[in-house]
Amino acid sequence: METDPRVYVLGEDILDPYGGAFKVTRGLSTKFPDRVLTTPISEAGIVGVSSGMALRGLRPVAEIMFGDFVTLIADQVVNHAAKFRWMYNDSVRVPLVVRAPMGGRRGYGPTHSQSLEKMFLGVPGLKVLAPNTLGDPGGLLEAAIADDDPVLFVEHKLLYTRPLLAAGQGDLADFALETGGGPVPYFVLRPAYPASLTIATYGYNFELARQAALELMMEHEIFAELVVFSQLSPFDLEPLFASLARTLRHGSGQARRLLTVEEGGLTLGWGAEVAARAAERSDDLSRCSVRRVAARDLPIANSPRLEDAILPSVQDIVNAALELSNA
Amino acid sequence: MTENYDLYKTMLLIRRFEERLLAEFSTGSLVGTTHAYIGQEAGAAGIFSVAGADDVVFSNHRCHGHFLAYGGDPYRLAAELMGRATGLVGGRGGSQHIQWRNFYSNGIQGGIVPVATGMALAEKTKQTGNLALVFIGDGTLGEGVLYESLNIAALWTLPLLIVLEDNRYAQTTPTEKGVAGSMAGRFAAFGIPVWERETADVLDVRAAAGEALRHVRSGAGPGCLLLHTHRFSAHSKGDDPRSPEELARIRQFDPLTVHAARLSSAETGQAEAEIAAVINDAFTRAAADPFPELER
Repeated sequence: METDPRVYVLGEDILDPYGGAFKVTRGLSTKFPDRVLTTPISEAGIVGVSSGMALRGLRPVAEIMFGDFVTLIADQVVNHAAKFRWMYNDSVRVPLVVRAPMGGRRGYGPTHSQSLEKMFLGVPGLKVLAPNTLGDPGGLLEAAIADDDPVLFVEHKLLYTRPLLAAGQGDLADFALETGGGPVPYFVLRPAYPASLTIATYGYNFELARQAALELMMEHEIFAELVVFSQLSPFDLEPLFASLARTLRHGSGQARRLLTVEEGGLTLGWGAEVAARAAERSDDLSRCSVRRVAARDLPIANSPRLEDAILPSVQDIVNAALELSNA
Repeated sequence: MTENYDLYKTMLLIRRFEERLLAEFSTGSLVGTTHAYIGQEAGAAGIFSVAGADDVVFSNHRCHGHFLAYGGDPYRLAAELMGRATGLVGGRGGSQHIQWRNFYSNGIQGGIVPVATGMALAEKTKQTGNLALVFIGDGTLGEGVLYESLNIAALWTLPLLIVLEDNRYAQTTPTEKGVAGSMAGRFAAFGIPVWERETADVLDVRAAAGEALRHVRSGAGPGCLLLHTHRFSAHSKGDDPRSPEELARIRQFDPLTVHAARLSSAETGQAEAEIAAVINDAFTRAAADPFPELER
């Protein structure tokens, strides 16, 4: 906002001193009072207004207070913002960012805990991005704002308080960190020993997948590569395919082993598309063994005991990896 | 030529374009669907005779009349409807989804209103002096996002003119079965002033539109131009449940007939000849144009 006067921020309850439900916008309205617009509770309206601003040369960033409310913006995203550029034969651009805090584990119950990004994967004209603790979340958001096309920017609530990781330190000490993809980076964590398994994930679930990979390494001597994506859609899985080619070579059996981890519901999720593309890429479908770790296909319960049982856990990832390795 | 002649010619262009289009559909040379503006021409012609050249326009499924009155090229529109590469958006959008200069249209009821509201906000922040016009119908009044937009436009004093063309039927559903209470009252609830006219006279529309546009352009916030009109043709092609008696009755509110009374027969004859040539040229050229290819 300092460097580009076209950037506006719109959302509910984002003015100081409150500064937004998750405080992401705190301080902005004090610093840029004319470009931080607090709105009525009108998610479709906010995104539609932002879309019109974007069509006319501004760069709006709309905040949806809880990602669960993206169902309310679906028409604006799918039938308006994401369509305009192609439908109008590339005569317009829609540089719009919609930020949406997703995810559970805070006891918010069925309508304030979901990870609904899977509903927006594969929508033509729309990018879906999600930061993680390996990259620079601010840099990823800047890349989203600089993008000429609409972006759904998925922020897992638990990541707001998580420290960013540094290569070679802490949990990363046992991995070599590779990255690529420029401003929208992917990351590959390679263990010191040849891996027999590839774990693909994004966002907060990298936190769980990392712990699972360490446990597999320490307790079971199973080495896994982790491929962590910042861009969920459109799908660009080359780093994953490269990892699978390596883990096939080093696997004890004949099969590629792919494990996907996400917090959204299992059915027709991110992992389903990743698995399908990995299988299509394989010259022999029988040689790609897959497990998907995801939420149960249930609403997310309020009670912590039930919520834990519904959402994927480190143990679920370890168990799935063991199952794959013993298959 | 006189202003009255120009207004007549604009309405005639819309009428003959839509008639030609329906004829092309009936011969099978066009696929898909269309929503004719026949009967409502006074709306578009009156409004665009007083709108600013750089105002931003968001239209809906029934957009051909708005586009032609805006000054759009009938040939490019015909090519778009025929799915040709030379069409307004290269054959990608078709009848309901066109874009040219500051003119946009989309086929989703209600959803275009917040987008136009955002456009009004953009023009306001850029201090261009332009305003945004958005066209809705009586049927759009059933969509919730419309009211989110009215609220925001009023709260933020945005330069937005909502043109509500009430043609008394949402597809086949009469307003008595689709709209409770008062149309104008919906806008009044948000403190948005309404210029309401029951008319088939383009000069009435022009006067009301002029007042509404002046209000919005003055920076006083959004306004609504509420026009009660009549659609002579079906909603799209074959979906018209109205009786022959009703269709005959509403024909007395023909904006072309009303306005022709102000012109000589020589003038109306000349307009017919000029428009016939334009329409023929548009459709003939478009029909010879290539189809687009999908880029890999």
